Amino acid sequence: MELSTISSNLLYASFFLYLIATFFFGGTIREKDAQQKESKAGKIGITITIIGFVAQVGYFITRWIASQHAPLSNLFEYTTFFGMMLVLAFIVIYFIYRLNVLGLFVLPIALLIIAYASMFPSEISPLIPALNTHWLYIHVSTVSLGQAILAVSFGAGLLYLIKTLDQTERTKKNAWLEFIIYTLFAVIGFIVITSGFRLGGYEVTFEVPAEGEAMEASTVDYTLLPIVGPTDGTLQTEGATGPLLEAPSWMQGEKAARKLNTMIWSLLVGLVLYVLARLILRKRVAAAIQPKLSRVKPSLVDEVSYRAVAIGFPVFTLGGLIFAMIWAQIAWNRFWGWDPKEVWALITWLFYAVFLHLRLGAGWHGEKSAWLAVIGFAIIMFNLIAVNLVLAGLHSYA
Amino acid sequence: MNKIKCECGHVNPEGTVLCEACGKPVEENQHIDGNNENKLLNMRYDGSARRSKTYNKTIVDKIWNFFSSVKVGVWLIAVTLIASSLGTIFPQEMNNQSPLPAEQYYEENYGMAGQIYYQLGFHDLYGSWWYMILIASIGVSLVIASIDRVVPLYRSLKKQKPKRHETFMKRQRLFGQAEYASEQDYHRVIDQLKERRYKVIQENGHVLAEKGRFSRWGPYVNHIGLIIFLLGALLRFVPSMYVDANVWVREGETKMLEGTEGEYYIKNEDFIVEMYDENDERYKESIEKQGGSVPKNYQTNAVLYQRTDESLPGVDPELKQVKEGEIRVNEPLKIDGFAIYQTTYQLNEFKTMTFKLHERSDADEQSIGEFTVNLVDPKSEYTLDNGYRIELYDYYPEFEMKDGVPSSFSKYPKDPAFVFHVYPPGQEEPEVNFLAIGSNLDPSGENQYKIGITDLEMRDVTGLTIRKDYTLPFLGIGGAIFMIGVIQGMYWNHRRIWIQPKEQGFWVAGHTNKNWFGLKKDLEKALDGTSVEPPEDQQELKE
Ligand code: HEM
Repeated sequence: MELSTISSNLLYASFFLYLIATFFFGGTIREKDAQQKESKAGKIGITITIIGFVAQVGYFITRWIASQHAPLSNLFEYTTFFGMMLVLAFIVIYFIYRLNVLGLFVLPIALLIIAYASMFPSEISPLIPALNTHWLYIHVSTVSLGQAILAVSFGAGLLYLIKTLDQTERTKKNAWLEFIIYTLFAVIGFIVITSGFRLGGYEVTFEVPAEGEAMEASTVDYTLLPIVGPTDGTLQTEGATGPLLEAPSWMQGEKAARKLNTMIWSLLVGLVLYVLARLILRKRVAAAIQPKLSRVKPSLVDEVSYRAVAIGFPVFTLGGLIFAMIWAQIAWNRFWGWDPKEVWALITWLFYAVFLHLRLGAGWHGEKSAWLAVIGFAIIMFNLIAVNLVLAGLHSYA
Repeated sequence: MNKIKCECGHVNPEGTVLCEACGKPVEENQHIDGNNENKLLNMRYDGSARRSKTYNKTIVDKIWNFFSSVKVGVWLIAVTLIASSLGTIFPQEMNNQSPLPAEQYYEENYGMAGQIYYQLGFHDLYGSWWYMILIASIGVSLVIASIDRVVPLYRSLKKQKPKRHETFMKRQRLFGQAEYASEQDYHRVIDQLKERRYKVIQENGHVLAEKGRFSRWGPYVNHIGLIIFLLGALLRFVPSMYVDANVWVREGETKMLEGTEGEYYIKNEDFIVEMYDENDERYKESIEKQGGSVPKNYQTNAVLYQRTDESLPGVDPELKQVKEGEIRVNEPLKIDGFAIYQTTYQLNEFKTMTFKLHERSDADEQSIGEFTVNLVDPKSEYTLDNGYRIELYDYYPEFEMKDGVPSSFSKYPKDPAFVFHVYPPGQEEPEVNFLAIGSNLDPSGENQYKIGITDLEMRDVTGLTIRKDYTLPFLGIGGAIFMIGVIQGMYWNHRRIWIQPKEQGFWVAGHTNKNWFGLKKDLEKALDGTSVEPPEDQQELKE
């Protein structure tokens, strides 16, 4: 078998192992015995998680050998690595606190992230000169480790909120919590719809008129049924159903309309899934989960969430700011250039500085701290997804 | 100053909340830390007397108190955070590659929103005066807030005594009374605390076991790092602190290195662009998807020279070779604090063109004479052997027609065009020839001679950036100190356990500045094998 095939099989294997481990962690909430440490399902869960992690490390190493550079050079590779780091961070935190339910919240996030990653082109790609340096590995791996540890804080924060928010009444807080849960459904929506159309082999092409006078008309390929087509675009593929709407003309870049289309699809499918879930559960999703968490100690979850920030913040600072600046100085001869990706790393950093000050200085514990953990993760995801796909800059891989 | 004398005999400075030595609450100051009789004590700064909480009369006090407030600090950071995000909505002026001036660029590309963005000055947000003020205020706040706390905290931790006031013990988050505990238990606990690497101090049977006090200085160390970093960043406004220059060097050419004040010269031996092999099995699929050529390497093979004579205008320099090396993206060449970066390039610029003169009517275009024009430094006249004289009347290195008039877009010979005047022997009136790539015009229509291109030489030009930055050491040191500080504060914590002997058994109390889970584990281990139950978490009980 070719190395690259082995590599992708290992990645599949790790994905399924994480999935199975999630079920075992789910099983721990049913166990009657109160002692966390004694939980059988928990032990099996963490063992499978570790095997899955080893498989993913195997994916990483084989792909490294196959591509002759560390697989951290495009969105697929980076995002997969982020998922792997998230699992690593979870394993470490697990062995500090032995909090089984945390697996039920963090592993699904890792699964979503890895599945999300595999929606991007995954062929092995060559390194352009700017990326061809060991600083790529040093910087990218520490940033994503830092972000992953911070993401554990989100998992714990979400757990805290679901556990403690009063679900007997309809409140703004509940609505926000449901909104967060909905965004997770939207990610599932994105994965479902993208793989669905991919399996069906769907592709249509638009021709888009030139922007400047000197430029030639270009084409844009859609792999999803176009709800929104490019501005002034004409369908080239015969027999294809045309777009319902056109992208507004202020949207920049030839791919903007396609991104908007993908976004709309994800949100819609996510909505359908969410509504289905509500119909089946007959209550808010959080309200349905809450009773299952009766044995969870909020103060411990709160501490895990905070500890993850305490551990993750220095790692993120090192990778996302210090190593980033050193590399930028070497590669672009300026350590800081206010590129959107850089600015959002700074914003992430400032945000967690605010988190720490509020926690230490103003005594924001428990619920407030959990909300902050959620917002922090939203900022990280914004930098990972939106800045790459929406705001243009030197860093945009895709 | 009104000193406060505690019943334990220790004299505390004004504004003290908990006696530095024994921790007894100073009654009239409990409001300062928000302590309330029934609640746990606020231990954040060990109840030490902070200036900001003690004085509020003069204007200096007021300014001090404003900047030392964590609330204010958090607001400053939060506002900076939001402001920073606004700058990413549209590209910043400094990052956009468009040739359009900013006032047009934003409007043309982003319409109304773009125009508003520009008018609000958001196109240069990070250079705006208000953004600078925000950053500066964070700096001031950092300094004042840190000094306000670190000094009294240091004092308090230094003066602390193992013997604590009962109220202090009772109002700790972890507190337990072990009336049944034996003498043996007492010693066992102390030994086990020592085993867990606590520093144990005893005084008449009262015990203070302490660990990781240095982590309390973490925040102040990291703030010092930040301040050094900010000062370093401030130094960039001093022009002599850094050099930032660019130079274009053609292959074979030696040029003065801009920014080195004539001290260094650089020769471009060769400029190389390498592409990935499109048939490489490994990357084939990806390269195809990216539409063909993917660059692998940009490289200038350079030789560096130092000038050995006094620099005088108009005098050719005497040069001594000092270094030879390859400059690549990500691999600058360094000399004497200067770093030379591969930034850009221009492939296939024309170097020379060789022309021949022939009779217009001659079908074989037999050469009457040849001449070569150096396109960077052309001569104004070329004399052929047989008496023909050719004058370079006009030269456009990068030809374009502008408003119907020929002109040059740049001074770089990328698309040259020429107007030659040909003087055959003995003739006073020249024949006019216009030559550009792909066109050869005879404006008069009566020319007897014609000029044709026979040969050309091309070469690459490399674009290098020269940097020298004296602020980098400050940034590096600041960054390093910051990292040490955060790790110190975040990966360690300050744990204290107090044991107070009683008529029967003893009391235990514990405090940590963070990670209560860890402290509880320590206590469990310390009490292991004794009859003493781990102390209760009085905060958790309330949940
Ligand atoms: C972006 C800027 C800042 C960063 C990254 C930062 C970072 C930190 C960190 C990581 C800690 C916790 C350290 C630990 O517990 O080990 C801390 C604590 C602290 N910071 Fe900052 N800081 C910043 C700005 C400020 C500002 C502007 C103030 C001004 C009020 C401030 C005041 C404090 C105080 C008083 C503490 C100690 C909190 C306590 O123990 O109660 N910081 N800072």
